[in-house]
Amino acid sequence: MRRMLLEGLFRRPVTEGAPTIADAEIEALAERLGVAAKARLGRSLSIREVDAGSCNGCELEIHALNNSYYDVERFGLRFVASPRHADVLMVTGPVTANMREGLERTYAATPAPKWVVAIGDCAAGCGVFGKSYAVVGAVSNVIPVDLVIPGCPPEPIDMLKGLVGLIEASARG
Amino acid sequence: MSTLRTALLNAALTVEEQKPWPRITVDADTWRQATLAVAAGNATLSGLWAEPGAVHMALLDDDDGSLMVLTLLASDGRFPSVGLTHPPAQRLERKIVDLYGLIPEGMPDDRRWLDHDRWGVRAPLGSSAPASADGATYPFLKAEGPPLHQIAVGPVHAGIIEPGHFRFSANGEIVVRLEERLGYVHKGIEGLLINTTLEAAAKVVARVSGDSTVAYSLAFARAAEAALGVAVPQRAVWLRALMAELERLANHLGDIGAICNDAAFALMLAHCGMLREEVLRATKIAFGHRLMMDCIVPGGIATDLHDAAPILALTMHIRQRFPRLVELYDNTASLQNRTVSTGRLLPELARRFGAGGPVGRASGRAFDARKAPGYPPYGDLDFKMIKREDGDVDARIWVRIDEVYESLELIEQIVDRLPAGPIAYPLAPALRERKVPQAGGLANEPRDSASEGLAMVEGFRGDILVWLRTDETGHVLRGTVRDPSVFHWPLLEAAIEGNIVADFPLCNKSFNCSYSGHDL
Ligand code: SF4
Repeated sequence: MRRMLLEGLFRRPVTEGAPTIADAEIEALAERLGVAAKARLGRSLSIREVDAGSCNGCELEIHALNNSYYDVERFGLRFVASPRHADVLMVTGPVTANMREGLERTYAATPAPKWVVAIGDCAAGCGVFGKSYAVVGAVSNVIPVDLVIPGCPPEPIDMLKGLVGLIEASARG
Repeated sequence: MSTLRTALLNAALTVEEQKPWPRITVDADTWRQATLAVAAGNATLSGLWAEPGAVHMALLDDDDGSLMVLTLLASDGRFPSVGLTHPPAQRLERKIVDLYGLIPEGMPDDRRWLDHDRWGVRAPLGSSAPASADGATYPFLKAEGPPLHQIAVGPVHAGIIEPGHFRFSANGEIVVRLEERLGYVHKGIEGLLINTTLEAAAKVVARVSGDSTVAYSLAFARAAEAALGVAVPQRAVWLRALMAELERLANHLGDIGAICNDAAFALMLAHCGMLREEVLRATKIAFGHRLMMDCIVPGGIATDLHDAAPILALTMHIRQRFPRLVELYDNTASLQNRTVSTGRLLPELARRFGAGGPVGRASGRAFDARKAPGYPPYGDLDFKMIKREDGDVDARIWVRIDEVYESLELIEQIVDRLPAGPIAYPLAPALRERKVPQAGGLANEPRDSASEGLAMVEGFRGDILVWLRTDETGHVLRGTVRDPSVFHWPLLEAAIEGNIVADFPLCNKSFNCSYSGHDL
């Protein structure tokens, strides 16, 4: 194990360069994030992930954000265990009827100011699951959504762009 | 099971047109005898599903992997419970009650399962009667006594993970009973497969459980091709297997890292996570999508492989790095201390529940759908079925470790021997020329031109079953899928008993059941 740890110290890091942000959606978002956010959050964001009905594909790619290639913590993004510690809810999946209350309660438990990021085509507009008795709708049909990151699933780099944009917007105030 | 099969075939009222295995309609007595035979271990229950007015039960012969489907017409809305004598059927029966309103007579557990009183309808795929959508309280099973306390977890969990509720009854640190309550991500997939196009159905089935999207697409395509009697070009057959092994590789690497991480050994997660990421990057280059979603379609595959070099570079890289991670796992006593003898799943239970994949094979169940029933090109490839007997977290890690090597082996063989040629045959002309079989069957569906297909495919988690009924143009009339997790989830409840609460994440991750695949 010692050999691997030493190698880890001396090998070049595998992390990606920081993505550049120039997205209209993110620009629009900047307006919505007030001065309060900057005062309160600085450049650090705590994220709580909520699966409201996904196929778990989006979760896999959200997980990838934590691997050494993306390593989101270096952007000041942390995944936290409780909505009470979160600034951002990352929500996946078409919202199922059985998860609706869980999502609403998680949202209610998150202190303001808070932002909701809908991850994936399902969260954005139900994906292929729209015509079902068991699905109540897109995330925005249940709680207010600030940013949509489409894709099935969106790649980690797409999420990274969106999230860094969110932080920059909040820092700009 | 062969004597059972002969007996059942002799008792058949009608034999339906289903490829490649028969589906026979039987009377209630034969149905009951079959449930007893399953309970006695003469066959493995592989699936149990319904449609209005009928129930179907898929029986698997563990030795040769052949399947057989029994159908019972339930014209009065009732059928003899399978779960009464064979507990693995219970959750499937509860699902049938919730979705179709058919009543399994004598079923031991009549609590609602997928229906949380949220849909606004009862039996949405049956009578579809309006109902309240206010939610109902769930009567958890009792575990009583002065020192016992309950711990409720979920549906929203602390990590980046799917939702479900766990109710622990603990005596101090020791878990006395775990009860799962699932169904939170029920999306009504069986409903979405009623009366739809082949393309739309393929897209839905590819999203039953995103981590197994290749395996599901493959199973769907094989069921559709069996039903429609169409062939697939050789190159597609081999590339499908390449995709399936890449998916297995990525998931096993991810799982090995994640299990060790739940024993607080983050170094393995960091390194396995990197290898997993490298697999996904190679698949993106090779097939244009990191998870290879929608890359397999009925009739062939959607994207050809133009350059195998990145894939060979990947296997070489993993062959260099992975053995050192295995060595690290093997030589770290503090980690082994957590995994060895933890969460033991008894071989007898694994057999009875027909546990597939690494969960079953780590508990001595020698079953791998790639070997039996088997499907091309695996018969032409050289690989071992990995099996262990201990049934603990450690055994489940080792099965995955050894399967990583087998998948590397398979990937290299496939790339080496990849046939040239087209990657898909267009379905339309094949369907026009196809001789339409005459099938008998249920009165309530236009059946005279219908045909059916059944397919079993080995995903990274275990065997996936897909059944499909189409008309002669390839239009999907009805379909169902069965995820290996359906049989793994109840076994997790058994494996955790007597372990400490703090080991639950470890056990849970070593099973890595799909919530979405279970809830459908
Ligand atoms: S967007 Fe795609 S990957 Fe994400 S939950 Fe929906 S189907 Fe799955």
